[in-house]
Amino acid sequence: MTAHARPASSTLVGEAAIRARPNVLSMNYVDKVFGRDVVALKDMNLDVNEGDFISLLGPSGCGKSTALRLIADLIHPTKGQIKWANPRAANDLSVVFQEPALMPWATVEQNVYLPFRLSGKPLSAVKSDIDEVLALVGLEKFHGAYPRELSGGMKMRVSIARAMVTYPKLILMDEPFAALDEITRFKLNNDLLALKDKINCTVIFVTHSVFESVFLSDRIVVMAARPGRVIDELYVDEAYPRTETFRTSAEYAAHCRRASDTLKHAMELGQ
Amino acid sequence: MTTVDQNTNLAQPNVVADPEELARARRKRNEKIGQWVLPALVVVLTIIAWDRIVTVNELPHYILPGPDLVLEALIEDWGMLSESLVVTLRITVGALLIAIIGGVGLAVLFTQSRWVEMSFFPYAVILQVTPIVAIAPLIFIYVDNRMVGLLICAWIVAFFPILSNTTLGLNSADHNLRDLFKVYGATRWQKLRYLQLPSALPYFLGGLRIAGGLSLIGAVVAEYVAGTGGNASGLAFRILEASYRLNIPRMFAALLLIAMTGVVIYALTSLVSYLLLRKWHESAIKREV
Repeated sequence: MTAHARPASSTLVGEAAIRARPNVLSMNYVDKVFGRDVVALKDMNLDVNEGDFISLLGPSGCGKSTALRLIADLIHPTKGQIKWANPRAANDLSVVFQEPALMPWATVEQNVYLPFRLSGKPLSAVKSDIDEVLALVGLEKFHGAYPRELSGGMKMRVSIARAMVTYPKLILMDEPFAALDEITRFKLNNDLLALKDKINCTVIFVTHSVFESVFLSDRIVVMAARPGRVIDELYVDEAYPRTETFRTSAEYAAHCRRASDTLKHAMELGQ
Repeated sequence: MTTVDQNTNLAQPNVVADPEELARARRKRNEKIGQWVLPALVVVLTIIAWDRIVTVNELPHYILPGPDLVLEALIEDWGMLSESLVVTLRITVGALLIAIIGGVGLAVLFTQSRWVEMSFFPYAVILQVTPIVAIAPLIFIYVDNRMVGLLICAWIVAFFPILSNTTLGLNSADHNLRDLFKVYGATRWQKLRYLQLPSALPYFLGGLRIAGGLSLIGAVVAEYVAGTGGNASGLAFRILEASYRLNIPRMFAALLLIAMTGVVIYALTSLVSYLLLRKWHESAIKREV
């Protein structure tokens, strides 16, 4: 596993520290139009830096999922560009969807093996990587289980393990915890931060939830609808690791209030 | 998870077993026994009733033979009937195999190219909706080899459910998984092999169960139309032949063999389906509550 390890990015947070991080990719004046005239995204600019945890926060229809799909290269900009700082390799990018999207016919191990299988690596060569990532998400005893035998939270853990097993530079997460109960969601929030720290990647996280975005991210990009656009960016100037005490702190509440006010403003703009 | 908790509770000595749960367990056990006993009972009663009706009404054997006469014919003509059974089986199994290869092959081709699908799918439908009895005489005019003609007829009847089900299955792979394969730069072949074919498996197996029965029907109908006798004649021809000779017991015996063949084919395809899906597919999993 040490072969994958990258030098840890700065644990400093706040606007100045984030701006000083090396660039991963940038979106420059990106527009996306669906059909003939539905403007899903208008003039989006975003510099994604190494080690960022960026939340895209906004109401339905604000283009946050569209932005994610554009970055994943699943759809292409109508106008503008998305540029990677270094040429993108096959395993530089992973995606986690709102549904776990596991293959029901394959065991947990086979599901996590998928990205390696598609890049032509034999299972024996990556077995230790899979074992380690399954242990990190707390599923070391479930190698041979089928998805139907797992709870919703466990399925999502498998999905996250699959996304992280290749040590990608960038992970895109599209409301991954929206369908889970609150207790499970809190637990997965904590675990996600620990995992991100461990594999040292960059995350772009789409969410509806102010509380989730404040707890997880150091940057919150607030978006408005009709047309989908970025209206503000907030910095959560709180050091990692963040724990349950952060969730109940006055600082957390203050950040949440600020994010809520911005979101309220975004909803008014989108009326 | 809940089942584990319930079990630990039940293991405690002071917990009283729930009468409703006990009744449910009893009902389940009875249903399991009834599933086998009841159909067997119906068969026995039917045979007894059949025998009584024939004896009491003194029906002549060329109108309705009793079960004893049918059994006698089955044993006496076993040499001839078993040969015919092998012929019919060969056509049925051969047609089913070609239907599987052709149906799955065409379905894969259709999902690789929308243009091919749009061009040829209507013709597959036309082939399916035109009654085989109407096409068969033409086939036997143009195809010299009788066996090949029979195979073609049975294939036309059997291949469509496999084609349409497999096409549906290949197209119903999870959309998020498709996106994920794209993100990981999967090739067309990888997408087919690791995503589309496994997704299509339950659909294909559903089609296979229907096609198994249809290939037998196709084989029997084709034999009727082909009609020529000789050594290599199937069960359908034996029925025709016996009817000309008013050998009704032999007709029943041949009919019995065809019906049994159909049941065996259905049981085998169901077994294959169960074995392939039991670990992961909802259709093969027994609900616990």
